[in-house]
Amino acid sequence: MMFMRREKRGGEAPPAAPPSCHPWSRLDVGAKDWSAAVEEIARGDADLLSLWSDGASVYLATIAKDASDVVIRALACPDRRFPSVGLLHMPALRLERTIADLYGLEPIGSPDARRWLDHGRWGLRHPGGAREAIDTPSDAYSFLKAEGEPLHQIPVGPVHAGIIEPGHFRFTANGEVVVRLEERLGFVHKGVGQLMAGAAVAQAAKVAARVSGDSTVAYSFAFARAVEAALGVAVPARAQYLRALMAELERLANHFGDIGAICNDAAFALMLAQCGLVRERLLRAAAACFGHRLMMDRIVPGGVSVDLEADKIAELRGLLDWINLMLPRLLKLYGDTTSLQDRTVGTGALSEDLARQYACGGFVGRASGRRFDARRSVGYAPYETLSFELGVSKEGDVDARIWVRFDEIKASLGIIEQVLDRLPHGGIHATFEETPPREIEGAALVESFRGDILVWLRIGANGRIAHAHLRDPSWFQWPLLEAVIKGNIVADFPLCNKSFNCSYSGHDL
Amino acid sequence: MQKFLLQALLRRALTEPPPAVDGDVLEELGRALDAKARQRLGRSLAIREVDAGSCNGCELEIHALNNAFYDIERFGLRFVASPRHADVLMVTGPVTKNMREALERTYNATPDPKWVVAVGECAYDGGVFAGSYACVGAVSAVIPVDLHIRGCPPDPIALLKGLIGLVDCADRKDAE
Ligand code: SF4
Repeated sequence: MMFMRREKRGGEAPPAAPPSCHPWSRLDVGAKDWSAAVEEIARGDADLLSLWSDGASVYLATIAKDASDVVIRALACPDRRFPSVGLLHMPALRLERTIADLYGLEPIGSPDARRWLDHGRWGLRHPGGAREAIDTPSDAYSFLKAEGEPLHQIPVGPVHAGIIEPGHFRFTANGEVVVRLEERLGFVHKGVGQLMAGAAVAQAAKVAARVSGDSTVAYSFAFARAVEAALGVAVPARAQYLRALMAELERLANHFGDIGAICNDAAFALMLAQCGLVRERLLRAAAACFGHRLMMDRIVPGGVSVDLEADKIAELRGLLDWINLMLPRLLKLYGDTTSLQDRTVGTGALSEDLARQYACGGFVGRASGRRFDARRSVGYAPYETLSFELGVSKEGDVDARIWVRFDEIKASLGIIEQVLDRLPHGGIHATFEETPPREIEGAALVESFRGDILVWLRIGANGRIAHAHLRDPSWFQWPLLEAVIKGNIVADFPLCNKSFNCSYSGHDL
Repeated sequence: MQKFLLQALLRRALTEPPPAVDGDVLEELGRALDAKARQRLGRSLAIREVDAGSCNGCELEIHALNNAFYDIERFGLRFVASPRHADVLMVTGPVTKNMREALERTYNATPDPKWVVAVGECAYDGGVFAGSYACVGAVSAVIPVDLHIRGCPPDPIALLKGLIGLVDCADRKDAE
């Protein structure tokens, strides 16, 4: 039977009961209800947020289409198997392969039994479950076949030509045209799940901040919110606004950096140079205000670790004024350069259907008609008090992704102004009791520049993290990159890839 | 676009003066570079960056070296696309086991004389990822390292100091 658990912290709870998952409902279901939930997302009646395991059960997080409710379903796997989700809903496939790799739980009926993050190089199997030592240098990997007379293959990576993260791309091309791209990822798998299991909250927060360096603020934000949700911590208002300030500075720095880099991949270096200036000034401002250019470890469970000094506010306003001056010029530079648009318009188009099916977050989803932004759709402090517009397009091509990012830049500039106008006085950190009366769970969804990050965690009665799952937005974007490159020329791949800018480290974990 | 270019011509350059190099960097480098190697090096270095499991934070700061403020190419330092063109490997990350072989192969593909600069806390000793089943840890456990630039991530000034030290060391020995 399905039942809802929404106990309030401190309420009377039987000791043997499964932990509740603040702030959302957690349902412990049987195979039938599990399958019903899978069918629901496969039909498109709800969106998949993530699929993960703690070694004993598998968890399926879904969100209603109107984002009104998030439900986490848990299915116990005493016989180390669970009904495949990927069988009915493709977007879950890699998540499910990961569960098999890390915990040795078998997805029954899965259409793809290949290992994903496990390349056979760890010296063991199932690091999160019953570990089994192995003695192979590495596993062979069979790529999907693409056969025919004129086809040839181009293997790229894991070490790429630029200063970027490692991954392998296997192109099958017909002359210049890409017929199939298959990604092989997992090269930067660092075992984050196991590093967190058993770690003190503060240590785990440090690891969370290093899951994906470009989104360190967003990861710390999400991790902190999940801890606070689990333990019922009230964060001081000033800290909440400072969090938003950092998150928007990070978003701005990434959008400027990426817009420049995308144009540079179309050989338009002027844009890279100009955007690089803005990015650098943002990072310097971050260092001046918070003591670290990427603002790493500045958001911590309970609040923030550094306060913004009053004289820095004027400095930030000065920077905003300058960016507001630069922005129309950059927009014009992009919009008026037809040779550049020639490369971006129509290139790497992502259909609305695919974006919807994959519940693709961030600017990639929004450039293909999906109006989802965790700041707005789910909502969290302090964003419900801030007004901003979402950038949305339906074109889905590289050009649309650039315009949506420009829109998000405008939104972030507006948000920062509001934050500076309203920044409340008071404390920046709430001390809290780290040891809960019993095992407890918490979760949070936070919008990084790339899309929504989900963090779920369980804190044991000893106050340590028992398990944590961090789902990067890239999980639902990487597969779409494979789809959009089809029919484009090989030379446009860097452009498409950069316009997505998926995270390797965040995905490989 | 023309307006942009014209304004850039008329404006003062944004590039900032280079930072002074710390003594301990020079000392570590002095040990690493023998006289013959320095002669071959000249004042120009081609760098190949290898991400061996980084969180991407180090890469962001390495990228920043190319922006107008730091303009790394004025020091004769240049990022190249292939290890076969490189004098220096700049390695980041706690060397994930899944990247170990790729790192070794990149190292072997780099012609001698070559130097390895390990960037970041992860590359120094595994950082927060030390001890994971999926990571080797320090870069020096896999390939010989000539210079460590620490920090999480080291900022562009720290990176510049280390790299300029590398060129200077080469240069100074030349003159002797
Ligand atoms: S040193 Fe820090 S920034 Fe660099 S890869 Fe490691 S965690 Fe990331």
